[in-house]
Amino acid sequence: MSHVAALLSHPSWVRICHWLVAVSYLTLAVSGFLILMVHPRLYIGEIGNDLTPALLTLPISNNHRPGELQQPLVFSELPGKPVSAERNYPIFNKNGWARSLHFLAAWVFVVAGAVYLAIGIATRHIVRDLLPRIRELAPSAVWQDVNNHLRSNFASSRARSGYNLLQKLAYTSVLFIVLPVMIATGLTMSPAMTSAFPVLLDLFGGYQSARTVHFFGFAALVLFFIVHVAMVIATGFREQLRGMTWGT
Amino acid sequence: MNTRSPMSRRAFVMGMATSAGLALTGCTQTDPPTYGNVLRMGDLLTYKAHRLLLPSHSLAREYDYRDISSVPAIGTTNPADPNKSWFNEEYGPEYDRLLTSRFSDWRLIVEGSVTHPRAFALPELQRMASRTQITRHTCEEGWSAIAQWTGVPLRSVLQAVGTRPTARFVQFHAYDSYADGIDMLDALHPQTILAYGMNGRDLPISHGAPLRARVETQLGYKSLKFLRRIVVTDHFDDMGKRGLIQTGWSWYAGI
Repeated sequence: MSHVAALLSHPSWVRICHWLVAVSYLTLAVSGFLILMVHPRLYIGEIGNDLTPALLTLPISNNHRPGELQQPLVFSELPGKPVSAERNYPIFNKNGWARSLHFLAAWVFVVAGAVYLAIGIATRHIVRDLLPRIRELAPSAVWQDVNNHLRSNFASSRARSGYNLLQKLAYTSVLFIVLPVMIATGLTMSPAMTSAFPVLLDLFGGYQSARTVHFFGFAALVLFFIVHVAMVIATGFREQLRGMTWGT
Repeated sequence: MNTRSPMSRRAFVMGMATSAGLALTGCTQTDPPTYGNVLRMGDLLTYKAHRLLLPSHSLAREYDYRDISSVPAIGTTNPADPNKSWFNEEYGPEYDRLLTSRFSDWRLIVEGSVTHPRAFALPELQRMASRTQITRHTCEEGWSAIAQWTGVPLRSVLQAVGTRPTARFVQFHAYDSYADGIDMLDALHPQTILAYGMNGRDLPISHGAPLRARVETQLGYKSLKFLRRIVVTDHFDDMGKRGLIQTGWSWYAGI
């Protein structure tokens, strides 16, 4: 396995950005999950609450108890005959610190990510090492790399230049699709941001839709994290960790 | 810029030292305090970034009449209920008396850094030019709801009492003993209103009767219910143990 590590010689700016992003990603994931536990329901559109139907109710907390809501008010003269109800049970809520921690980690994440992108573009690292070549995307080449992964033959799946095709596709789709969507949907949940840029609400079809997309982006990033760590272990955990930390 | 003199650099360093010293004393505090807490520092960074980068007084989206939705009533739903944890020995019984008199004895005191402090009765506020808006209430918990709110713009009330040029913050004090504030930018925002009507009716008790704040550019918890007193201040006031920032929540909730 040592030749695998030898191929990977990460420059210092990649290593620093990687660990800053890793720490802030984990903080965002944990604090985001805590925030979701407070209202474990997802909706489509602008509105959604305990009194409206949900797209999805996640079994991650006991905060949604429709049977325990008291309905003292019916606005029967309004088109949708909306109601108002009081919640007379205590809920799990750590949002005081979880939200502030989420946004603090988001600052670190965005700054480290911006530095990575700027240096990555300037040094052509992204174009040279991350973006797949056109010929790599030929169906036979894709099938070849999938086969190599299925047979855990990572050494031969490695292209001459460094990263293999599936690796390039995973990194670039996270970098250029999932993460921008996460940042944009995150900002769409900010009342001050959507006042300044209402187009965000149109882009995602409303506040709750943005929140739902944010959740599925989180799920995609958790999947990426699991596969990433699994591949690091499969290709030599100690060598890979040393390569990303000390560069050798 | 190659002729930068050591004098100006020293002046700059002295200036930095002085402002740091002033910030530490607290009595000239013009920003929310961080208490040395890294989370509050993050909150402050977000607040400063929003104030620096976002255009001031852009309007929150307003919706159609048919978009009005069901809306939970959370937090305090009746300050006079002695069986609830929010019950305050001082204001609870007072609110109960106000309920009995159907708020005819209720007054909103507006004071502090103003030239003409005064107490407003509910009909006085209702006689002022009103604003009706159908907006989204966004709760920190993650849910949202759309309702129609009718009230008097806070800026009209502030104009009526004459805020001093040094005024920087507007602090709300409520009958459920909550106290929290907003900066002058949000206070003068055209959609920041003191609402006495909801969905075409008088504001229900569970939603903050007789008067609540609507701060549409921030999360729901900044829109205090059951208003009792408004204090205009020149400096940031964390309002001691009663202040919401003391309970571990971000003072700025535009995000």
